[in-house]
Amino acid sequence: MSAKKGLHLTLKIWRQKNSKTKGQFETYKISDVSTDSSFLEMLDILNENIINEGKEPIAFDHDCREGICGMCSLYINGRAHGPDTGITTCQLHMRMFKDGETIVIEPWRSAAFPVIKDLMVDRSAFDRVMAAGGFISVNTSGNTLDANAIPVPKEDADKAMDAAACIGCGACVATCKNGSAMLFVGAKVSQFALLPQGRVEAKRRVLNMVKAMDEEGFGNCSNTGACEIECPKGISLENIARMNREYMAALVDQG
Amino acid sequence: MSKLDSRIPAGPLKDKWKNHKDHMNLVAPNNRDKIDIIVVGTGLAGGSAAATLAEQGYNVKAFCYQDSPRRAHSIAAQGGINAAKNYQGDGDSTYRLFYDTIKGGDYRAREANVYRLAEVSANIIDQCVSQGVPFGRDYGGQLDNRSFGGVQVKRTFYAKGQTGQQLLLGAYSSMSRQIGKGRIKMYNRHEMMELVIVDGKARGIIARNLVTGEIERHSAHAVVIASGGYGNVYFLSTNAMGSNVSAAWKIHKKGAYFANPCYVQIHPTCIPVHGTQQSKLTLMSESLRNSGRIWVPKKIEDSVAIREGKLRPENIKEEDRDYYLERRYPAFGNLVPRDVASRAGKERCDAGFGIENNETKEGVYLDFSTEIIKKGKEAAIEKHIHNPTDQQIYDLGKAWIEEKYGNLFVMYEKITADDPYKTPMKIYPAVHYTMGGVWVDYNLQSTIPGCFVIGEANFSDHGANRLGASALMQGLADGYFVLPYTIADYLSADIRTGTIPTNSEDFDKAEKEIKDKVDFFLNNKGTYSVDHFHKKLGHIMWNKVGMGRTPEGLKEAIAEIAQVKKEFWADVKVPGDADGMNTELEKAFRVADFIELGQLMAIDALHRNESCGGHFREDHATSEGEAERDDVNFKYVGAWEYQTDDITTEVLHKEDLIYENIEVKARSYK
Repeated sequence: MSAKKGLHLTLKIWRQKNSKTKGQFETYKISDVSTDSSFLEMLDILNENIINEGKEPIAFDHDCREGICGMCSLYINGRAHGPDTGITTCQLHMRMFKDGETIVIEPWRSAAFPVIKDLMVDRSAFDRVMAAGGFISVNTSGNTLDANAIPVPKEDADKAMDAAACIGCGACVATCKNGSAMLFVGAKVSQFALLPQGRVEAKRRVLNMVKAMDEEGFGNCSNTGACEIECPKGISLENIARMNREYMAALVDQG
Repeated sequence: MSKLDSRIPAGPLKDKWKNHKDHMNLVAPNNRDKIDIIVVGTGLAGGSAAATLAEQGYNVKAFCYQDSPRRAHSIAAQGGINAAKNYQGDGDSTYRLFYDTIKGGDYRAREANVYRLAEVSANIIDQCVSQGVPFGRDYGGQLDNRSFGGVQVKRTFYAKGQTGQQLLLGAYSSMSRQIGKGRIKMYNRHEMMELVIVDGKARGIIARNLVTGEIERHSAHAVVIASGGYGNVYFLSTNAMGSNVSAAWKIHKKGAYFANPCYVQIHPTCIPVHGTQQSKLTLMSESLRNSGRIWVPKKIEDSVAIREGKLRPENIKEEDRDYYLERRYPAFGNLVPRDVASRAGKERCDAGFGIENNETKEGVYLDFSTEIIKKGKEAAIEKHIHNPTDQQIYDLGKAWIEEKYGNLFVMYEKITADDPYKTPMKIYPAVHYTMGGVWVDYNLQSTIPGCFVIGEANFSDHGANRLGASALMQGLADGYFVLPYTIADYLSADIRTGTIPTNSEDFDKAEKEIKDKVDFFLNNKGTYSVDHFHKKLGHIMWNKVGMGRTPEGLKEAIAEIAQVKKEFWADVKVPGDADGMNTELEKAFRVADFIELGQLMAIDALHRNESCGGHFREDHATSEGEAERDDVNFKYVGAWEYQTDDITTEVLHKEDLIYENIEVKARSYK
């Protein structure tokens, strides 16, 4: 267990009033940050200091602070969710930083995710892609088959679960040089393509979701793999491959 | 005059819901698009309700404060969802699920509601599987189950440690389908600020667009509140940072009774508080108690040495460990319900055996070493490894644990920098779920006509305590299978009403109140931040309205909260402006409500002279330290009616709880 220490840090933080104005970096100093604190708790303390000076605190997105809601974001020292793997920003702890360090904090950078304020961006493009086909068309009446009526091979169920683990945080888009959303969309396409329940409309789904994804201004995939590295939930590139196969098959079918 | 008519249908328990459905009024499909419904909150309850109502043909407007419905806090639930499927053939049934839930709730929940919950539970699993929720399966392709606290059958369905996430994404995908069709109009990053009542009926809301700051008017024929619980009254809790009580509190101030506010679940397996800079607490799934054994050292000097960093838990011999749950409750052991496990942990820490090196010395161990060896040996046999080495056993056992709980172990390590495969997890109870909430009748309607409340925001199904894996069940039961029927009964009178205009005096007045308050906050120019007051409130709540409550402490709390309220309104500082994103302004509105509710929680806890479930009064305990209920005087729902800004003037109404089908007896897990 690391000893509790108080860190003294310099923070360079992107400040931007709203999507219409230009932003710039501002420098802040902060001291006595416990190494047991999370990164967002460090920002809480900074904000408390800023409010005490009568100024406006830094806006950033966060909610569950347990690594699952996908609300937190932040580009920290040039990496989505900061310098660790397999975590969201809310799970990043200050023990990852050294005393006296300078930390650069920016919002997600992607044309499809416009800045709302400071470090907060608008990820509603993901919702629109979902509305285009990220579902199984079943009524919520409860008058469905018994849950065990269709057996699902454990391997398929596990793979579907691995794909479904995506939290929609957008780190994949933010870190991709093309601003591609293919890991996000691929994960959802894969989850349903792997389950018998989702196969029925698999072709329609992939065509609609890919179309919506393109319309939202996300870029294409050039197989760099940065998304997979920065994904906090370990969503694999395999899902992009599966989406491409599904897409090609659907296109061929469509003629 | 009390308005508490629970409207529980007559007839035998097992036929009540069916009979009720058979006789409720309907809205014909061709009339549904003449009706608008507002749903506030898009977690499991609100999301499933919005999807179902839209699918049925109503015009739905859904609101959430997050940037997407997919982020509602239901997403953080880990362990699982119960359903009386009896797939495991271990004797489960609708009746048994009903019985366990009523008993688990310490006989302070409504029989008819809980039975209905158990009845529809099996449908939930069918529904979710058909939506593509990837539940855990066994090698035959069938669904797998695990066991949870307070229960002696395996009825919990799970999707790794992310069950809440997967169920929520199921509801969200159903919502997305309706959003795509234009049947749901989704308002992300919006907060409900006020309920609008026209001619005695809920007819709309005032909402604030959190991005532009605009105050908006939205009308509807009915308003559904699905805004979750109020655990954040305590500042530190397992709730998401934005989870708030405002929607429920706003309707309370407009006439909806607030029931059993003192019933708060303290979850036994959270990561202990590390220091004063902490913003929230993280839960480790209750499912871990299937495989982990809870202990503290038997000798107090060992606890002291551990706290001082001179001793490691791995080095404490088996005979020097006090597995206090197994010792006190042999029948249920580590799987006793949450309130029992929490209190037992507090008792050991109060006695000085806590192991965490923090200000309060609070913390106990959750140890997986026994399970790792047991599962390792089993796996060795399966793999035909005869005479396995200790390392082989450990590796196989570790692999089993990893498969089952891997993500939780990673999460724990990221937060604490300790490897739980090697050293036991440190846990301590924390505020998790609230069983109290807005009073609703059997139709889930509050005392305001046309204002329905579902999921954690209402009070109805959990009594004084909640068993694991039952919150997800209630959220989805209400949203998919209960509200869509009962709301139709109310709306059937509205097919000729036409659109509700928003240019009425009632809307003017509600909007003005909110705008005035925004102006007040931004111009107050006080000394302290909103969080300063929130932390102060949380401190009072945890110490005096927390796991153990005394009449003296509660009286102090009521007075101290009144003082915090006074100081808040005099001296709060909210920077920024009204016409854009202003997170401090959002918090100010929410904390104002938390303060008032906190006081009501203390008032409710003081009046309830008994111990039950999550409400433990130290002056009502048996000689063994167990909770002592008073069924003669307190077998009722305590529902509070708002009077004025002075919360101490609220009037108590009682709904007697009548148990016709089960015998009310002392809850024992020994």
